[in-house]
Amino acid sequence: MIWAVAIALGVVITAGTYLALSRDVFRCLVGLALIGSGVNLLVFTTGRLVTHVPPIIDAAERQLSAAANPLPQALVLTAIVISFALLCFSLVLVVRLILVAATDDVTQLRAAEPPATDAYKPPLEERL
Amino acid sequence: MLALTPLLVPLATALLCVLTQARPRWQLRVSAAGALTLLLCALALLQQVQHAGVVSVVGGNWPLPFGVEFAADRLSAVMVLVAALMVNVAVLWQWSDADAAPSAPALQPLLHGLVTGAGAAFVTADLFNLYVWFEVALICSLGLLAQGGALRQLDATLKYFALNVFGTVLLLAAVGLLYAATGHLNFSALGEAMAKLDAAVALPLIGVLLLAFLIKAAAFPFFAWLPASYHTLPAPVLALFAALLTKIGVYALIRMLSDVLHPAPQLLYDALGWIAVVSMVTGVLGAAYHWDMRRILAFHSISQIGYILLAIALASRAGDAAAIFFTVHHSLVKAGLFLVVALVFRYTGHYDLRCIGGLYAARPGLGAVFLLLALALVGIPPFSGFWGKYLIVREAMAQGEYLWAAGALLVGVITLYSMMKIWLEAFWKPHPDSAWRPPAAARVTAAWLGVGALVLLTLWMGLYPDAMIRYVTDASTALRGGTP
Repeated sequence: MIWAVAIALGVVITAGTYLALSRDVFRCLVGLALIGSGVNLLVFTTGRLVTHVPPIIDAAERQLSAAANPLPQALVLTAIVISFALLCFSLVLVVRLILVAATDDVTQLRAAEPPATDAYKPPLEERL
Repeated sequence: MLALTPLLVPLATALLCVLTQARPRWQLRVSAAGALTLLLCALALLQQVQHAGVVSVVGGNWPLPFGVEFAADRLSAVMVLVAALMVNVAVLWQWSDADAAPSAPALQPLLHGLVTGAGAAFVTADLFNLYVWFEVALICSLGLLAQGGALRQLDATLKYFALNVFGTVLLLAAVGLLYAATGHLNFSALGEAMAKLDAAVALPLIGVLLLAFLIKAAAFPFFAWLPASYHTLPAPVLALFAALLTKIGVYALIRMLSDVLHPAPQLLYDALGWIAVVSMVTGVLGAAYHWDMRRILAFHSISQIGYILLAIALASRAGDAAAIFFTVHHSLVKAGLFLVVALVFRYTGHYDLRCIGGLYAARPGLGAVFLLLALALVGIPPFSGFWGKYLIVREAMAQGEYLWAAGALLVGVITLYSMMKIWLEAFWKPHPDSAWRPPAAARVTAAWLGVGALVLLTLWMGLYPDAMIRYVTDASTALRGGTP
């Protein structure tokens, strides 16, 4: 079980990294979201991966050794909500950016840092 | 309960600002009242921790280490105080017309949201909780960056987003891995469990955690988000960013390396030291190249973060004290400088040094305040930067790290060069357009009040450093479990 999850995690993170390094700004975002999902999966596995075990400790015991650990599930729920909010924000941001800039190539998106035109001095700041 | 105020007060203020967004004048007043309340709470918290040492609250009546704990010690209290002071200055600034943010309904809630994230990160004693507050600060800062909606602001937001999201994802991974290895998230329980862990396992886990914080603190290879985004912000938001955002990362580094995970493997301290030196040098060289005042100051932030990291890397009580002193000094001085250049912008209409000049003749008071803050940043005695750098260099020498100390001193010289560049170009040389006159009707009283408060605090830290040095020494002693 843990091996299947580990392989899935590796595949997701690899795919995310590949997409995040893309020049297409939209793919770049999808890549970052995939990496985030991969890490959420990692957090999910930090308890133990067991099935059909309730998260209840017997009255006589003090340890969680035989029961399921509910904490990573609570943690990963929080993390999923946060990454979903960030994904929504970034999608709106990128749609606006593509509309305003009329390009989706990240190497063309240089409005905040215009490329140098002079060998010694940076380009003149645009007047606000 | 007092330990929760850095989180509850700005959160309540943000909600009230959302409710009053239909009436902008009332929203601004509510915002100011909330900021003032936070400042009073921060002062009370400071008072309390000086008596009690640590003020803590555990959520939900759970016993430790299972409950989510909020604990404020001396380090937290002084960081909260700086955050509270800065949000007051930022809100007050909006009564002036000097590059104030255009009035938008979401501006005040997002400002207080950012302070919520920062304040709660300073007082939390739970690793996953720390991650959540990092995210709160991140999403509020994204909202603030995107407020203007112009192309350069959206572009800057994207760059900021991509790098910072990668940082928080790394942080989440590190939190998950540390939990898997130890079974604890509470700081003190985590620290005890990590001490028993095999060093070969602990090293990569702590390494990933530090990497995430270094991205947040804008250290050497990861700083690209900072100079790409800061110069697109309006002045009050920029001052708040400069005083808070990187400092959350720095605070987390001090907390982890000197308190929770102390002693971390020596390799990490050595690596941090070299990262610090390279940050100092690259930051100051970037500043020397640029001509836009905001870009110059943004690059200086990277360089000054290098000083703080260097002090943390020295891994001693005196090193931590120097790091805390320098963090407070840098928050005040850098925010003050960003506000002074915003006043320069108000009088001249430009941030680029090639288009302005003649301000010393027109506004000598502004020149004097700029010079004072610039010399404080460079570290000329008797200003606060001198004591910060003196503490760091002295400790580096005492530990035999002469290369690091020499780097710190050399970077000071280049800092002086780029500050003098601003002085000569903006204040000393005549204005390129000889017909230029400063605008007569500038509404800048509120702006001057904010700058004045920061300047007075910097002067106090410089002229009477005893109280502050004693406080940070107590704070660093308490971090390592001693009783001051």
